[in-house]
Amino acid sequence: MITTNPFYELTALISSEIMQGYIILMFILVVLGTVLDMMHKKSAQYFFENAKKAKESAKRSVSTGEKSGLAVATLANEVLTSGEFSNPKRRLSHLLTMYGFILFVVTTAMMIFGADTSSGTLPMLWHLGAAMLCIGGYWFWFFIRVDVNSEGVRWYQLRRADLFIVSLLLTATFALIWSYLQSGTGAVADMGWTSLFFALFIISNTVLFSTVMWSKFAHMFFKPAAAFQKRVAEADGSNLNLPADYDLTDPAVQAKFPDIPEYMGKNPAYMGPGIRRESANHY
Amino acid sequence: MPTFVYMTRCDGCGQCVDICPSDIMHIDKTLRRAYNIEPNMCWECYSCVKACPHHAIDVRGYADFAPLGHSVRVHRDEEKGTIAWRIKFRNGKKDMDLLAPITTKPWGTCIPQLSEEAAPSKEMRDSELLFNEPKYVRMDDGGLHTLESNGLKLKEGVYY
Repeated sequence: MITTNPFYELTALISSEIMQGYIILMFILVVLGTVLDMMHKKSAQYFFENAKKAKESAKRSVSTGEKSGLAVATLANEVLTSGEFSNPKRRLSHLLTMYGFILFVVTTAMMIFGADTSSGTLPMLWHLGAAMLCIGGYWFWFFIRVDVNSEGVRWYQLRRADLFIVSLLLTATFALIWSYLQSGTGAVADMGWTSLFFALFIISNTVLFSTVMWSKFAHMFFKPAAAFQKRVAEADGSNLNLPADYDLTDPAVQAKFPDIPEYMGKNPAYMGPGIRRESANHY
Repeated sequence: MPTFVYMTRCDGCGQCVDICPSDIMHIDKTLRRAYNIEPNMCWECYSCVKACPHHAIDVRGYADFAPLGHSVRVHRDEEKGTIAWRIKFRNGKKDMDLLAPITTKPWGTCIPQLSEEAAPSKEMRDSELLFNEPKYVRMDDGGLHTLESNGLKLKEGVYY
């Protein structure tokens, strides 16, 4: 099952041109949905107004070279390793779903556009991607999701905000079931279950890619931009009007704030993790 | 004026929900981000503002003493043991920075075990002082209490 191309048998039913057309259609729907979402929420307008405000209150200007350094740092920290999450469980689950999704989507497109699958690597990666999606996603869905964890909401209470995660999870789950049923023989495979799960896979997949305007899908484009802006704001001193992150051993800081050396000494000790010592679960 | 949340910064971790003494910071059911459910019950204690790991919570000042356009923001760094404030006037020119050691007790260490305390005597009940009031806040006994006058020192965890 793991090393067979799940789309191979399908070519007998649906021509590969139609499958390729479907992939292109999904891509167009994502682009369209993102643009509509941006227009509807005015997120781009907010982003640029915010950037302008930050520039006005900047204490120093950030050079282009420095900005590209910040872009690399954003890519390495926030984008590739989900560094924005302070909760390690959420970070791990996000990494699983993110890389699972990328593997799944890329290998699907490659297999449908005729990449060589004889070695079995691509189908294996496709299954691995779907499995990673399921592990990270269901962990998130049943245990980590904010209002399940914090507000005592039941996992089966769906809202519009769940459109993205639910369609994503169903897509991966139905894909795995469909692939499993294809590999089987006998009664189960003959009874049309394979077609049923293929249909469910296509429906959930279409919902995932066609509802970008209403779902959380577009966060994969907005979040890196927001993370980059946050880093630039920290670098230019505007930092949403937040105080600077002082180095307590710096003599200039000690001269400006004499309370620090007086009460804490010239080289203040580490004061412990404080509120981060335990997770927020006291309510 | 009460707290509000910058939705692009909040990740719904629940620290503000956890710490709010009025229990009015909740997680929005649609957006899964924190918000103040009852702004008129917020007394601007800044607990959530200081607890937020992403600096996603801000407070609007009352318009009579802090006209719109100003900013009062805080960064409580428990690992360094300091609290930093930045106060910006609406003219954009006056921009004040303050930095001081944290002088409150560490998180989780001051849950009062009232059942273990001795019951207040008749004399204590009639007194103006609050039950169990630490001597450091009393003003009727000598001068102003300082760390030095009480022979105390800051140590890890911002203990005295």
